[in-house]
Amino acid sequence: MGQMIKVGMADLKICKAPDALTTIGLGSCIGIAIYDPSTKISGLAHIMLPDSTAIRNNSNIAKFADTGIQKLYDDMIKAGANKARMVAKIAGGAKMFEMPGASSSGINVGDRNAQASRDKLKELGVKLVAEDCGLNYGRTVELYSETGEYYIKAVGKPLKII
Amino acid sequence: MLTLNEVNEKYFDVLKEIGNIGAGNATTAIANMLGLRIDMSVPEVAFLPVEELGGAIGAEDEIIVGIMLGVEADIDGSMMFLMDMQSAHHIVNKLMMRDPGYSEPFNEMDLSAIKEVGNIIAGSYLSALSGLTNLTIVPSVPFVAVDMAAAILSVPAVQFGIFGDNALMINTEFSDDLGIKGHFILMPEEDSYDKILSALGIAT
Repeated sequence: MGQMIKVGMADLKICKAPDALTTIGLGSCIGIAIYDPSTKISGLAHIMLPDSTAIRNNSNIAKFADTGIQKLYDDMIKAGANKARMVAKIAGGAKMFEMPGASSSGINVGDRNAQASRDKLKELGVKLVAEDCGLNYGRTVELYSETGEYYIKAVGKPLKII
Repeated sequence: MLTLNEVNEKYFDVLKEIGNIGAGNATTAIANMLGLRIDMSVPEVAFLPVEELGGAIGAEDEIIVGIMLGVEADIDGSMMFLMDMQSAHHIVNKLMMRDPGYSEPFNEMDLSAIKEVGNIIAGSYLSALSGLTNLTIVPSVPFVAVDMAAAILSVPAVQFGIFGDNALMINTEFSDDLGIKGHFILMPEEDSYDKILSALGIAT
């Protein structure tokens, strides 16, 4: 196995086989994994908010679903990924605290993050093949470029592979 | 308008003062509740990029306890109090009169106890903020999560990320025979943030 490359919060990275990408402790954020099985070029973005156009302070494009996924897609194409073969898997978007009436602010942004990610992938024509979103717990994810497997680890739960 | 990125030394000092008074109030309240003598350290205000918040109080995948409350009335927003597992077990064991080394997963009763402690601590900080600003601030019922630090801290990271690139956190250490490390984060909505600053006499 290759190297495990860490992707931070509001960050994105791509890698080639045999390396893998990971991001730790997704809460309401989404980990968007894009994989091209023909070249094994893989990318992982850790976005925090759904929409860069709704916010004044939007200089970090990796922070948002719309701009972050676009950049990840562009970087992968630039690295030689095959547009038509790319597939995506997403995880995260949890509601960490069951606070009522907080959906307008950033507290329950998880669902909106997931929806914005699905929308952007659809716009780019990248097929969403699997997802593990919502509920109320954090997730650590690992994307293996050899296989395209997306590992999801949560506290007190068995390992899930999508 | 002054943004959180341009936060000046004065606001920093005020937060530190809130930390001081708040932690002082909290220390007295917890000491009474547990029947112990507790000392507290001088609080520190941490000002850090949003992206680093997930790892700001330890490893990103370390399991911690987060207690979150909404705040309303004159300002809208939320606040969070965070503790490491050791501190949380320590407090719960004291409250439940268990052996100090007991570290089984928290049951419903334990989580209620943690919420109550969170309530007291949050109330202590909020009354400090209220006192300094003359604003009426009412907390909601508390909600608790036990999970990876990065996942819990993503909640304030998002909240700060909406209107800036940096987050503010007050770190305090309470100690009796074992140190209790606590972290307090106040997350006002953007309008309320301005309201706090003007109430403090900091021009916006």
